Amino acid sequence: MSSQKPVLIVENLSVSFATPDGIVHAVNDLSFVLHEGETLGIVGESGSGKSVTAASLMRLNNSVTATSTGRVVVAGVDVLSASEADVRRLRGSEIAMVFQDPMSALNPYYTVGYQIAEAYEVHHPEASKAQVNAKVLEMMTKVGIPNPAQRADEYPHQFSGGMRQRIVIAIALVNDPKILIADEPTTALDVTVQAQILDLMLALQVENGMAILLITHDLGVIAEVARDVLVMYAGRVVEKADVEDLFEIPTHPYSWGLLGAVASLEVSSRGHLRTIEGTPPSLLNLPSGCAFHPRCSFASENGSRCTTETPLLVQKGPKHSFSACHLPVERIVEIGQKVGN
Amino acid sequence: MFTPIALEAKNLVKYFPTGHQGLLGRPTKELKAVDGVSFVLRQGETLGIVGESGCGKSTLARLITRLLDATSGEVILDGKDITSIKGRELRAVRQKLQMIFQDPYSSLNPRHSVGQIISGPLEVQGIIPDGGVKKRVQEMMELVGLNPEHYNRYPHEFSGGQRQRIGIARSLILNPSIIIADEPVSALDVSIQAQILNLLEKLQQELGLSFVFIAHDLSVVRHIADQVAVMYLGKIVEMGPSADVYASALHPYTTALLSAVPVPNPKMRGASGRIRLEGDVPSPVDPPSGCRFRTRCWKATDLCALEEPALADAGGGHLVACHHPMEASERAGKPHSDR
Ligand SMILES: Nc1ncnc2c1ncn2[C@@H]1O[C@H](COP(=O)(O)OP(=O)(O)OP(=O)(O)O)[C@@H](O)[C@H]1O
Ligand SMILES: Nc1ncnc2c1ncn2[C@@H]1O[C@H](COP(=O)(O)OP(=O)(O)OP(=O)(O)O)[C@@H](O)[C@H]1O
Ligand code: SF4
Ligand code: SF4
Ligand SMILES: [Mg+2]
Ligand SMILES: [Mg+2]
Repeated sequence: MSSQKPVLIVENLSVSFATPDGIVHAVNDLSFVLHEGETLGIVGESGSGKSVTAASLMRLNNSVTATSTGRVVVAGVDVLSASEADVRRLRGSEIAMVFQDPMSALNPYYTVGYQIAEAYEVHHPEASKAQVNAKVLEMMTKVGIPNPAQRADEYPHQFSGGMRQRIVIAIALVNDPKILIADEPTTALDVTVQAQILDLMLALQVENGMAILLITHDLGVIAEVARDVLVMYAGRVVEKADVEDLFEIPTHPYSWGLLGAVASLEVSSRGHLRTIEGTPPSLLNLPSGCAFHPRCSFASENGSRCTTETPLLVQKGPKHSFSACHLPVERIVEIGQKVGN
Repeated sequence: MFTPIALEAKNLVKYFPTGHQGLLGRPTKELKAVDGVSFVLRQGETLGIVGESGCGKSTLARLITRLLDATSGEVILDGKDITSIKGRELRAVRQKLQMIFQDPYSSLNPRHSVGQIISGPLEVQGIIPDGGVKKRVQEMMELVGLNPEHYNRYPHEFSGGQRQRIGIARSLILNPSIIIADEPVSALDVSIQAQILNLLEKLQQELGLSFVFIAHDLSVVRHIADQVAVMYLGKIVEMGPSADVYASALHPYTTALLSAVPVPNPKMRGASGRIRLEGDVPSPVDPPSGCRFRTRCWKATDLCALEEPALADAGGGHLVACHHPMEASERAGKPHSDR
């Protein structure tokens, strides 16, 4: 698992926002390591802190109301405390990002060819015009845009959603970054186009060995592309596991609920979707102890611990899975085996 | 097969004028959003309609509920075409046919209390139920799993899933017999999706409702539908009992669509028989000749460009519109067969 070189180290990252209603604790004490060539998935419901985490890795939470603590280390540089010049040097060349909405990542007033060229020139000021043009065509070909020479002169609105996401990927990868952060890159796309884009990302990963941090709320996407997975709930990692282990023996009550709630194509489960009752908590006022306790049907098995003591992320069960839960290991394995497949 | 029919669509067509205005001020082109759709919805059953963005699902829903006027075709309710009725007759139809929308955020008026929102249709229809409006609204809130004491609260005080429950309560208050749900869970988290799907199933059983359930997510439809129809560029390309369509899809597009859905089981990763469609859906202003799917179909022949395949019964009420439907052997190794 860790024979490869770490390219991104996140230690005790916490991010909060000051709002008129109080402090929003969006990310709480998050730690993980991403290795060269690895695909790490982050899954969780809306508001669980996935995008805030992603933005922190490139120091994009730059509003005056945001407070970040902890460490994010990329190429030996602590992104959270580095100078603006250092962070700018990392962006694009070491670490690049693809967002959910390709339209918001592209400038509607410039041709796509110009935008790819511009991203390249930031890190290659010495390149000649011919070199830049060759690079643009190379990238457009790589991401599967037909007739690149002609289409380079077109504007974003002339492309379909899937083609626009390909352009965004071309821009993200033009400087050969070691880390690609993809925040719901296919959520806005149809399934047939989603499949094309995921295939493309994985093919490019094989080609250049980059690590991918893939953020999604779709467990199907996780199962198809991730190697390791972080399950987030209310700004915390509640489970951290190898993808096969997560689906075979999930080790956290929230993961059990998530897996049960997936309406799978494989088996028609009419009338038997297991659900997680209630709704995610307000981040202004997190529940005491384990933040999941108001929705957890196992909380009563632990006396008052679930409401008073925040569980730590520790190794659980026969696999190398970590979870943050007060339930005894035997109980977790017993239920996890029933829920998993 | 002998279950009575709740609603029937016959050859529904909706063209939107588009493009620059011509010499006589007429639009030069037409966008063929729905182009000859027919189906039967039986009482107490759910018809799922799936297809990718822009294939005409929402337009179809709006035609059925008379939020849009059809270019041509019929919608038969209780033996009567409702596409051109007006006034009191239309109001009576609206009472029987209700719609649930995708977006639980924008479909509720933020300045109205939950009580006002849910009772809205009563007001429009000028109905005062026995026991009063408030009592009826609170019964509805109870039915969909909302706390009746929250009668005076406003939409922003509720979560996405709760707002969708408000929308459902509103759609049920007139005791409709048919609900047209346009992507009712697409905007919700999976755990909340499951709550709403279970609720819809429960309501269907308790109230004997018939559903048209629209989704782009095939897995969600499979969970809830008796019959499923697959749309591509304004047309139904395949339709039949869910179990049949999912286990033995006949249209290449359906097969590709099923194949593209990520399977929440890492052991299925890279399963053989995966089909990857290339390219994008063509423009509905200028759809391909013959079969509309032919520009992306790996089975296309010359015939497909010349002749439009008709939607015909391939046996057991399983309809397909294709000159070269999928054979069982071509589906071998497909990851989605029943276990
Ligand atoms: N600038 C900000 N000011 C205040 N609160 C914020 C800010 N940015 C994010 N938040 C809050 O932080 C929490 C986490 O948000 P985040 O966008 O990371 O969620 P997410 O997991 O990406 O959800 P989704 O699946 O909906 O994209 C949310 O409650 C959000 O409202
Ligand atoms: N009022 C309108 N005027 C012009 N064109 C329209 C109008 N409404 C819809 N269309 C077009 O009709 C086609 C079908 O749209 P529709 O909204 O029915 O698709 P859909 O299947 O519901 O898609 P989605 O999954 O994105 O909701 C699209 O090409 C759309 O742009
Ligand atoms: S710590 Fe308690 S409340 Fe939290 S997940 Fe475990 S059992 Fe449930
Ligand atoms: S009719 Fe021809 S092009 Fe259309 S789906 Fe069938 S084989 Fe493909
Ligand atoms: Mg997000
Ligand atoms: Mg729609």
